[in-house]
Amino acid sequence: MSGQKKEELLKIEDLVVEYDTDEAVVKAVNHVNLQLGKGETLGLVGETGAGKTTIAKAILRILPDPPAKVRGGRIYFDGEDMLKLSEGKMRKIRGNKIAMIFQDPMTALNPIETVGKQIAEAISLHEKLSKAEVEKRAVDMLEMVGIPGERYSEYPHQFSGGMKQRVVIAMALACRPELLLADEPTTALDVTIQAQVLDMMDSLKEKLDTSMILITHDLGIVAGMCDRVAVVYAGEIVEQGTTEEVFDHAGHPYTVGLFNSLPRLNGTEKRLKPIDGLMPDPTNLPEGCKFRERCPFAKDECGKKDPEIKEFRPGHFVKCVRAGGEER
Amino acid sequence: MGKYILKRLLWIIPVVLGVTIMVFTIMYLTPGDPARMILGSNATEEKVEALHEQMGLNGTYLQRLGRYMKQVFVDQDLGSSYYTGVSVKEQIKARLPYTLRIAGISILIAACIGIPLGVLAATHHYTWIDNTAMFASLFCVSMPGFWFALILVSFFALKLGWLPAVGIKSWTGYILPCLAGAIGGAAGLARQTRSGMLEVIRQDYITTARAKGQTERKVIFRHALKNALIPIITVMGGMFGSSLGGTLIIETIFSIPGMGTYLTDAISKRDYPVIQGGVLFISICFCLIMLLVDIVYAFVDPRIRSQYAGSTRKRKAGKGDKKE
Repeated sequence: MSGQKKEELLKIEDLVVEYDTDEAVVKAVNHVNLQLGKGETLGLVGETGAGKTTIAKAILRILPDPPAKVRGGRIYFDGEDMLKLSEGKMRKIRGNKIAMIFQDPMTALNPIETVGKQIAEAISLHEKLSKAEVEKRAVDMLEMVGIPGERYSEYPHQFSGGMKQRVVIAMALACRPELLLADEPTTALDVTIQAQVLDMMDSLKEKLDTSMILITHDLGIVAGMCDRVAVVYAGEIVEQGTTEEVFDHAGHPYTVGLFNSLPRLNGTEKRLKPIDGLMPDPTNLPEGCKFRERCPFAKDECGKKDPEIKEFRPGHFVKCVRAGGEER
Repeated sequence: MGKYILKRLLWIIPVVLGVTIMVFTIMYLTPGDPARMILGSNATEEKVEALHEQMGLNGTYLQRLGRYMKQVFVDQDLGSSYYTGVSVKEQIKARLPYTLRIAGISILIAACIGIPLGVLAATHHYTWIDNTAMFASLFCVSMPGFWFALILVSFFALKLGWLPAVGIKSWTGYILPCLAGAIGGAAGLARQTRSGMLEVIRQDYITTARAKGQTERKVIFRHALKNALIPIITVMGGMFGSSLGGTLIIETIFSIPGMGTYLTDAISKRDYPVIQGGVLFISICFCLIMLLVDIVYAFVDPRIRSQYAGSTRKRKAGKGDKKE
């Protein structure tokens, strides 16, 4: 597959995450496998509640426990299983080697600390620098994301949404992480600002040679930014491959449905075709294929056995009984 | 900020005027005649009239109010007690420090116990630590203060003999009253802190702080507690205010010559100058404490700080416009 050319940075094997509530167990992530090469950008696509954010937080081990529990799997980062690391060692990775950008910039910054101090905090935690050097670096980071350095000692409420997201990005990139987890970094921003922020992220990523997992439900962003894409449905990865492959030869009915529900500029269709139905209740997942009830091609056998992940085309994996049989 | 404080200080003037008029009016309308109480029920009507004259209780409502306002604000005299003849000002000067000290120390103790307990409960949400802390605080909140005070006295003063049971002759005398005063507040603060912390801990910026690699202790104290502090400060300010009048029970149990006992005694005897003077002083203290609370707010929360600055800036601009 295409990732094999590049050195492997992150490998997730068989990850299972559950949320224990009083009434039921929420199966948020079910046996997820993912790889990411150095310098690569992977798009994690799926609808709300599919488990994308849970995967990202599980990598950093910042899931709220209770209720979240990692029930199984391994997460190798630079060859080391992070789920086995001590909390102290994990802290040295967080914010330093792996950083995260959160979905909502309005709430991701501490309202009672200056933005500069919040960036400086990340730097001083991981680098042995004097106070003045830390401050200098924080100012540099602000300027790198296009915010004048004089605004170092301003508070988050003095910034607009797009500016706040820049601050969050500056904070995440402050220690030049090897891996950046971007959780819907532009969902809360309006479209013009979205483009600016994405462009900036892309160029910074190039400049700092950072790998990235970009979580989004916007296929347009995936097309523009990602080398590879993984489609998440009900806590499972149902399709994975290079962006080009997945966009041109979508193999899973869910992925096909996602594309069909997008408007096309040259399209003649008067109505969009949404995917009927809702995602299954994660506390009570159906047997067999989880997409069965919404799938236009569902057969009897789909309800009996959970389909295996098959290599549908070279480097392009699909979790569906239909895949493989037809095209190959 | 300085302008804001000045503005708030000036606001105390109308409050004090309002309080004076209100207390005077309430006293005017309350049944019960101090002259008759002094002279006894067999006194002749003439004698009562004569005493009215002497005490300044004759004349219409407005005449009396005017006379009183002039006495307080122009002559700066709060009068003297009908019964003891001692100047109210002197008495307040002697008694207020006791009440302020007991209320202040109580709140300090309450904060030192309640806030850490609340943080502990919130960070160990749903565990036995949380349950124990919350049960204990529910118990303490529901427990009447005087009962706890009596238990303290019977144990530390009577049984062990470590501390005096009544009176304040040295610092040891403060220990039991302050503990008794603190217990309810500590429990209340623990519950407030816990709920505030639980809310803050779920915020995104706490996850951000963890994602930076910050230690859990710093995440809790630097990021979470500071944000949870605002409602806690409000509760503490209110507690201080109410304990100015509310240390009454404690003052009675421990025979402390504070404001509480002074005022209740005066109310039951219709000793008007004492009631009016005492309430006036307490309301001034309350205003100052609330101002202090607001200043602490601004210190903790930059959003509030910029609001204060913003309001003065706006007014400056407004003034400029007028001049032009």
